[in-house]
Amino acid sequence: MRRDIFQAIADPTRRAIIALIAMQAMTPNAIADNFNTTRQSVSKHLRILTECELLKQEHQGREIYYSLEIEKMKEVDEWLNQFRKIWETRYNQLDDVLFTLKKQKK
Amino acid sequence: MNDLLFDFRLDKSLKTAFINREFDAELSLVWDAFTTAEILDQWWAPKPWSSKTKVMIFEPGGRRFYAMVSPEGQERWSVQKYTSISPKTNFKFLNAFADENENPELPGSEWDLNFSEENGKTKVSVSIYNESLERMEKMIEMGFKEGFSMTLNSLEELLATLSKQ
Repeated sequence: MRRDIFQAIADPTRRAIIALIAMQAMTPNAIADNFNTTRQSVSKHLRILTECELLKQEHQGREIYYSLEIEKMKEVDEWLNQFRKIWETRYNQLDDVLFTLKKQKK
Repeated sequence: MNDLLFDFRLDKSLKTAFINREFDAELSLVWDAFTTAEILDQWWAPKPWSSKTKVMIFEPGGRRFYAMVSPEGQERWSVQKYTSISPKTNFKFLNAFADENENPELPGSEWDLNFSEENGKTKVSVSIYNESLERMEKMIEMGFKEGFSMTLNSLEELLATLSKQ
């Protein structure tokens, strides 16, 4: 099943996890300590984020550390920028049209 | 660049996009630009795309059936069904992608456009609600991938946008 990166970041807990590990790599237990929810539920979110390739895992001794795939986050950013760009271009064109219409009116 | 306000953001669920913009023109002119087919076609499609309106009946229950035409001549049809109109203040429509025979691809998105004038400048606030995220993605993918050079902002900026609200 294809996991959608936008589904991943649409959830508030998963966004909070992203913000947490953007600073530093963390173990699942350390991440769970930041939430008033069960470890089980945090692991579920970590699994989804991993499936979306937003997280990478590193083994250090017996511990697993999660860190953020910055490149993957850039995809979201790129997508947002495209959307913004469409509106910017569209509205700059409207500025020109309005300018012409105003001149015609005079 | 000009100093007119431009504000773009998504809500936290990523289902609603908000676009606010000021125009240096009086309200009635801006209203006409959004509600008249001949004027809409001059600016709606980001160049090098063009907009071609086949049907436009601007009244509650009416519709605009139009295509975004690529530089190669490829047509992407959409139909916008007007659900409510308060002249020079607000109008709403349901937007759906369609085939060339006007068969809509549901579900669509819900658009809400507000107009207000202050000191000779007109502010337009648009909100677009998409029930499904995939559809929001599709809105971008439909034809717009080409033709836009994009700049990458930093991750921090993205996170700031998402956490601001």
